[in-house]
Amino acid sequence: MTILIEIFAVALATLRDVLPIAAVLIGFQFLVLRRPIPNLRRVVAGFAYVLVGLTLFLVGLQEGLFPLGETMAEQLTAMAAGSGGRTRSWLDYGWIYAFAAAISFATAVAEPALIAVSLKAQDVSGGAVSARGLRIAVAVGAAVGVALGTLRIVTGTPLLYWIIAGYIVIVLQTVRCRKDIVPLAFDSGGVTTSTVTVPVVTALGLGLASAIPGRSPLLDGFGLIAFACSFPIMSVMGYAMVAEWMGRAGPRDAKEEEEP
Amino acid sequence: MVAPPDSNATPRDILARVRALLRICTGSFRDLVPIIVVVAFFQIVVLQQPFPDLERIIVGFVFVVVGLSLFVQGLQIGLFPLGESMAHAFARKGSLIALLAFAFCLGFATTVAEPALIAVAAKAGEVAGAAGFIGDTDPARSTYALQLRLTVAVSVGVALVLGVFRILKGWPVHYLIIGGYLIVIVMTGFAPPEIVGIAYDSGGVTTSTITVPLVAALGVGLATVIRGRTPLLDGFGLIALASLTPIIFVLAFGMVI
Repeated sequence: MTILIEIFAVALATLRDVLPIAAVLIGFQFLVLRRPIPNLRRVVAGFAYVLVGLTLFLVGLQEGLFPLGETMAEQLTAMAAGSGGRTRSWLDYGWIYAFAAAISFATAVAEPALIAVSLKAQDVSGGAVSARGLRIAVAVGAAVGVALGTLRIVTGTPLLYWIIAGYIVIVLQTVRCRKDIVPLAFDSGGVTTSTVTVPVVTALGLGLASAIPGRSPLLDGFGLIAFACSFPIMSVMGYAMVAEWMGRAGPRDAKEEEEP
Repeated sequence: MVAPPDSNATPRDILARVRALLRICTGSFRDLVPIIVVVAFFQIVVLQQPFPDLERIIVGFVFVVVGLSLFVQGLQIGLFPLGESMAHAFARKGSLIALLAFAFCLGFATTVAEPALIAVAAKAGEVAGAAGFIGDTDPARSTYALQLRLTVAVSVGVALVLGVFRILKGWPVHYLIIGGYLIVIVMTGFAPPEIVGIAYDSGGVTTSTITVPLVAALGVGLATVIRGRTPLLDGFGLIALASLTPIIFVLAFGMVI
């Protein structure tokens, strides 16, 4: 019974999210464009699918993954922070980094907004960009980013240094990378942190900042999201650069194989 | 591809649809396997604890798989075609003002009600109250949170206007982004430290799961219709701008208040 109430509550919240979007779309369609929407029935059905799908998705996450992820983050940080008398170095938190990397990889792969962008990219590039490859590249970036972000919370280095270093790498990569991948790489940074990743990663950051002596949840707990946003940009451009280097050697082999 | 339900479907059509939906569910299940593996590994091997409430977790998981499948299906038949058809319609109409007004409204409307943003803004109100920027009272905090939300919503509207204008002009997106990064870094040096973490995180929370497909389809649609633009090079980048401008606007907000 409680689950029905929860589904209803989440459905209402999702509907409230969609209403302003629908109002803008309908307003412009009828007042400015003044033409009927092609395939109106399919579009309405599609919106209904998205609404119902997102509702079930969120309810499912709240039932299972979110509480479990929070408990696990708490237990792991408590385990690492330990009760031993000696001061602990950053090396004692190995399982935290591993958990941060693994859970960010897994949640990024399941992120609906990322699925949407990767499908669009595969569609637009005529299959040259594979949706699965793009998502895995983004997930690897998110994993490295969040693991480094937890290292930052443990060591207490200022966020700004990391952000500046990250931006410098991104700028250098942008100069060297194939230009048609650059916009896609920047977009993937924005979509990594959404429905699934944000709650889990935020819980991890706040838990870690409260468990480690000398860290304040308010000053150090934030910023993991910024890491999860910027590292996928690097990994997607990195993936494109590696693919290009391999491709440079590739075509000659392919040609030789074609000739009998 | 599953068609929307209609009245004159035969049992065979329905069977075909069910089969197609099952195939999509298998794909969604594969997307969620990493989460199961990670959670199970850490729970069993590292923490060495039994799963609390295993039944509830499994039910939740089934919900997630079905929900993700329906969402992906809805993207393909609803959100993507709509975004594209609107891009085409605006291009045919040829009114720059109408297109830019649409971009602004879409960005503003989708952001102002975003639950993640409401949560961040409320937290920012507490931080600001504790730090003494504003009076430490409830009305002062909620005014501050509302102003912050409006600031972020306006910044996303501005980002989409700028992004659409960029597609029309064919400017490379990385000049805008790198320029934006420079502004962020310089402003970080002058903004109060309490606002910095919130500003960076507000960039990440603005792009919601329903907005992203629409905005991506709009950008790609415009880049397809306008002569001399390529979808991959010019169509993407709107979301990147929408994640960047909130940082700049929130830092500015922190410096002004």
